[in-house]
This record gives sequence, C-alpha cells and structure tokens, in this order.
Amino acid sequence: MYDGNDVRPAYRQLVDWVGSTSPETLARKKEEAEALFRRIGITFAVYGEGADTERLIPFDMMPRIFTEAEWRKLERGVKQRARALNAFLYDVYHRAEIVRAGVVPADLVFRNEAYEPAVVGIDPPGRVYSHIVGIDLVRTGPEDFFVLEDNCRTPSGVSYMLENREIMMRMFPELFRSSRILPVDDYPQRLRRTLASVAPPKCDGEPVAVLLSPGAFNSAYYEHSFLADQMGIELVEGQDLFVQGDFVYMRTTEGPRRVDVIYRRIDDGFLDPLCFRPDSMLGVPGLMNVYRSGGVTICSAPGAGVADDKAVYIYVPEMIRFYLGETPILKNVQTWKCGDPSDRKYVLENLKHLVVKEVHGSGGYGMLVGPKSTQEQIAAYAERIKADPGDFIAQPTLALSACPTFEDGEGLAPRHVDLRPFCLVGQEVHLCHGGLTRVALKEGSLVVNSSQGGGVKDTWILAD
Amino acid sequence: MLSRTAENLYWLARYMERADTMARLLEVGYRMALMPSAGEGYRNEWASLVAAAGSSVGFEAKFGEGFRQRDVETWLIFDRENPSSVVSCIETARQNGRAVRTALTSEMWDALNGAYLELREIERRPRSEALLPQLCDWTKRQAALLRGATEGHLQNDGFDFLNLGSYLERSDNTARLLDVKYYVLLPTTSMVGGAVDTYQWSTLLRALSAHRAFHWSYHGEYTPRKIAHFLILNRSFPRSLLHCQERIATHLARLASAYRSRTAAHDRLQVMLGELAEAQVEDVIDEGLHEFLSRFIQQNAALGQDVADGYLFGVQ
Repeated sequence: MYDGNDVRPAYRQLVDWVGSTSPETLARKKEEAEALFRRIGITFAVYGEGADTERLIPFDMMPRIFTEAEWRKLERGVKQRARALNAFLYDVYHRAEIVRAGVVPADLVFRNEAYEPAVVGIDPPGRVYSHIVGIDLVRTGPEDFFVLEDNCRTPSGVSYMLENREIMMRMFPELFRSSRILPVDDYPQRLRRTLASVAPPKCDGEPVAVLLSPGAFNSAYYEHSFLADQMGIELVEGQDLFVQGDFVYMRTTEGPRRVDVIYRRIDDGFLDPLCFRPDSMLGVPGLMNVYRSGGVTICSAPGAGVADDKAVYIYVPEMIRFYLGETPILKNVQTWKCGDPSDRKYVLENLKHLVVKEVHGSGGYGMLVGPKSTQEQIAAYAERIKADPGDFIAQPTLALSACPTFEDGEGLAPRHVDLRPFCLVGQEVHLCHGGLTRVALKEGSLVVNSSQGGGVKDTWILAD
Repeated sequence: MLSRTAENLYWLARYMERADTMARLLEVGYRMALMPSAGEGYRNEWASLVAAAGSSVGFEAKFGEGFRQRDVETWLIFDRENPSSVVSCIETARQNGRAVRTALTSEMWDALNGAYLELREIERRPRSEALLPQLCDWTKRQAALLRGATEGHLQNDGFDFLNLGSYLERSDNTARLLDVKYYVLLPTTSMVGGAVDTYQWSTLLRALSAHRAFHWSYHGEYTPRKIAHFLILNRSFPRSLLHCQERIATHLARLASAYRSRTAAHDRLQVMLGELAEAQVEDVIDEGLHEFLSRFIQQNAALGQDVADGYLFGVQ
C-alpha cells in the first residue's frame, strides 16, 4: 500500500476513515468481527494439535486494495497462466509435444508422483483438467507481480474470500457506500456454471453436479459445505455415490439419481479404490471406468497435480510461450533446483538468504526460511537437502508488499501479504474480482499460511 | 435429498428425544426413591429404571447387581459406555447435526451445539454439585429448545425426517415408561389402588409432564384403565401412542405425496394405526397391558426399520 513513504491513492479514503474513527470504536469493531466469525462457525482444523482442533482463522479488518486498472493487468496474467497450465496437462496426457520439443525434461513429467498413467489418452470435456486454478502471487512493486506457486488440484480458501466480504459489508456499510468495490458474491454461481459447462458427452438434459468431500473431519469441511450450499448442489461423501452400468448415481430418499459432474475435494489417490489406493474409504469403486467412458466429469481431472508441482513451476513461462505463443505477463520467482549440481552448490552456500521448500509439500509445512532460522536449523536442513536433492527447490526472499494491519496495542502496522485469486476454467475463463489475501501476523514474518499463524483480509477491487 | 442427510436428521431428532426420556425416567426414579420401599417385588426402583431404559445387561456388566442410586445416575446420565446415556445421546445428536449443518437452521444448530457445550461444562464440575433434579430439568429444557427451533425449519422432506425420528422414539419411550409402572414396579395385584400405587401413577404422569393434563381430561382418581386410555388411546395427549402414530402417519403421507411413491412403512403404519384408532381400553386390558405394550414396541421397531429401508439406506 505504501509508495515510498506516501500512502498510495487507492488507500487514501480508507486511511482518512481510520484517522477519523476512535481507537475504541475500532477495537469494538474488531470484537464484533470475531464474534460474527464464531457465530457462523468459520473454523479450520490444525493437524497435530490434540483435542481442540477447531480454530478460528484470524481476520484483519483492514482490506487490501487494488484499482481496477491494476487488476486488469493481473487478470490477463492469471488467465494466461491458467490457459497454459491446462494446455500443458492435455499435452502431457496425449502426445507430450512439450517434452519431445525438449522444453520440459521427460523425467520431471513422467516420473513425477502426480503424473497419472491411468488417464493417458482420456479427453476430458473442453480439454479442461484444472477447472479452478488458484495462483499465489506476491507484489514487490507497483507493476511487479510474482507468482509463488500454482494450485491446479483443489485450491481452498474461496469461502474466506466470500465470508470476509460478507463480514466487512455488515460492519462497514458506510465504506461500501462511498467506494465502488467490485462484488465477489457471484463466485458460487459462476462456479456452478463452469461445472455445468463441462458436463460429459453422455449427459442429456440439465447436468447434475455434486461436491465430493472427505467428510466432517476434513480441515476444509466448512468450505465444502459452504460452497455446496451456495451453489445449491448436494454435498456428498464417497458412500453416497455408487456406480451402476455406465453411470455414477447418488443415493437419495427418492432412489438413485444420476450424477454428471463431480467437483471433488479429495485427492486423486482416494477417488477410486479399484484404480488407485485400494484402502481408500473416501472414494467410489468403479468411478474411473465411468470417467473413461465419458459418463461423468471429474473436476479437477485426475492427474492435474502434475502441473502444480513446485519443480514444474519453473517451466510455466516456457509453457506460455510454447502453447500460446505469448509473452508471460506474470513473472516467476527465480528458483534454484537442488537436483541440479550447480544450483545445489549455490543453494547450500547461500541458505541463510533463501527460502527452501519441499517440491511436493504444501501448507507451509517443512520449509526453511533462511533469514529467520538459526545456524543449527540451517545445518540440519542442509543435511536433508544433501540426502534427497531432487525433493527441494530454493527461492530468494522477496521484498514482499506490506499492507496496513491492526495490531493489538499498536494500531496500524505494516505486515507482509500475498494474494490468491481464483480463476475458473470451463467453456470460458473467468477471474473473480477479488481473492484471498493472506497476511503474516507476526512482525517481519514472511509465512502467511493459516496453519502457521497467518491471517486473512478482505480484498477490494475499486471500480474506475 | 441425500439418504445420508435424511438419516442424520432422523437420528439427531431421535437421540435428542431419547435424552429427554432418560431425564424423565430418572425423575420417576428419584421421586420413587423418596417413598418407603414397596417391599418385595422387583429388586428396587433403580433396577426397574435401568430395565426400562433397556440397558440392564450393560449396567450389570459394569456395576454388578447392586443398582445403587449413584451408579444408576452415572450410567444413565454421564456414562459414554452406555449409548443411551444423556451424554451419549446429546453427543450423538450433535454429531449428526454437525454432518448436516447446512440442512439445519442456525437456531437448531445453536440448540444442539449449546447443549453439547453446556454439558461439557457440567461434566467439569464436581459431582456433588450436579444435583439430579437440576440435571433432569436441564436435559428436558435442551430437548424443548431443539423442538422449538425445529418449528422454524423449512417444511420440506427434511422436516418430515426430523419428525419421524422424534415420534418413533417418543412412542417407543411412552410404551416403555408405562410398561415399567404397570409390570415392573407393582409386584402384586393386591396393591392396586393402594397408596403406593397412587403415588407411582402420579409420579409417572409428572415425569411425562402430564399430571395436570390428566386431571383436566379425566377428573379424579387414578385407575389403570383411565391411565392406559390416556397414555395409549387419547389422541389429544402429545405423548400418547395414538397421537404419535397419527403424527408419523402425517409425515409419511407428506413424503409419499412429495416423492409420489409409498413404502413398506406406509403399509405397516396403516395396520398399526387402524388397530389403535379403533381400540377400546377394554381390548387393551383383555390382551394384558404388558402383552399389548410388548407387541407395540416390537411393531414400532419394525416400523423404524421400514423407514430406514425405504429412505435412509439409499434404495438402489
């Protein structure tokens, strides 16, 4: 939000408002917000914390603001990336032109754990594999957006985007009256249309979509039930579905009902015990057979994970040039592959300036933030890298954009933020006018994951 | 509606109703315990309560055959090994509710979740502070809160499954409570009409929140005939068997018209309701109250099974 030492114009009105509001009022508003979250029951589960696993995600009242002009550029960049990632997925499960052309190494694709030989040659409707693409971005300057990672499987967090807005509108109606903030609440309807637009060829009539969840004990269950509710579709678990003949059905009080599109929030490995993990209790036996024969669409398509691997990430700008013939709009963060000997040498020598991540990890677990670590931690991590170099990548710590954030006792203070906008890919490609802004609540911290003490903010796009 | 959703709604209502009954049973128990012992007959009032709750085997395995008041209280209220204890019922009801949160109104969820949270609080307090009458009142209040909140539920098929759960459980419970009084508590026919007998009847009616209602309807003294009529055949008393069966019939009929198809439950209920609606209290007495109630409890269980087969298990 800061431009040198000056507040950027987009924030002007907000800063004036904060200046004219008493600290007591602001503190009361903060309490109100927390009470609202608790009432609605927006919680997330933190693994490995014992009994009380339902926690509130910390919410910061100060929104993050973009102007529409800024957003338009970002939108072009995100859509471009989403199209390229889907083209890549179609390619690697068909002729693999990008590998033949020598642009992406074969090992990286075909020996990748997320590569799914079982779906080679299958044509998903519209050739779409990843229907909801979440691109994690950081900003380092007015025009500089960097992509931290791509999420092509089942990016979560969209319920926070919607609920954060809902709460902000309830608490600060006056701000919404005076600023023209683009709405986000059309997201569930757009998602429903996206799902309907990729109905399988055998679907006759109005497509029936369902959301497949692992169940109430999953950390994102709140989001599953929220989205199903908002879209007006059934929230099902594996046991609610069964395969008969060429189709998938759900068990209802009125007898079996055919299902055309499954928006699944379970991992590939659990989808079908006959095809993947035989011990899966969450999936539907026979599902993959129906999928192969065009009886059902699975969103995201099995095998889509190969595109959001942190090692494949390095090649996304190349994919954009290769498939679309365009210049990448969003930049990649410079990334060193520890599997590569010269990169590894550099990484091991510069660990205290770098962020090192596991290639297949997520959620901020198992990463090393060099500048924030002790000598011992760095030494221990170096041993892990040497043992399994191919499993790690390293990136520089960026001068992340900071955003004013309420601090107990301190008033407003700058905190680091990132942004996850949600891009829907069906017959059309659409980017929602907003996103999930995650904020590192600890001073100086760069890790924004909710499992690591990060919080969330509302994200405003101001109309021109 | 998903079969699993219907199943969760049905069981959450059933378990909350059952928690209510456990509290009412215990109320009968402590009021009876205030009376001098009835002498021979069933081992004691507390044993008969556990029998009525249908959990004698589990109790004796854990506490032996002593049937001390404190053990029975523990077993029927706090014991998680007893699937029908108040604690187990409320936790199971909430679990079922949590699985279908979006199918509930926020008031219903507040009622379920509130009961669960308060119960955790009560469990943390020393047992000496947890007085039985207060616990019973508290439990009945939670059940009443949920019932009240359910009124605001969209009156769709989900509402029907909630009500099927409540009324199937309630008719089972009324039958059991009546059976306890008639068959178990009073050892010999020579005591019929005595002071103990009268005291027991009035206790039973109080536990069913029907003490005053009985006097309004029947003016005067308790006779097995009047009470049997009241609890079995009086369609205006909300806990009577006939009333519950009529409510079940209403909700089954709504489902049949919404889904345009009938199930085995509809046929069985028609037979049961036909018999109850035409029965005279003499028919019940002639058959033997205990025999009649045992038969009813069996039929009612079979009806529950029909509902499960027809709707909740996901017919293929």
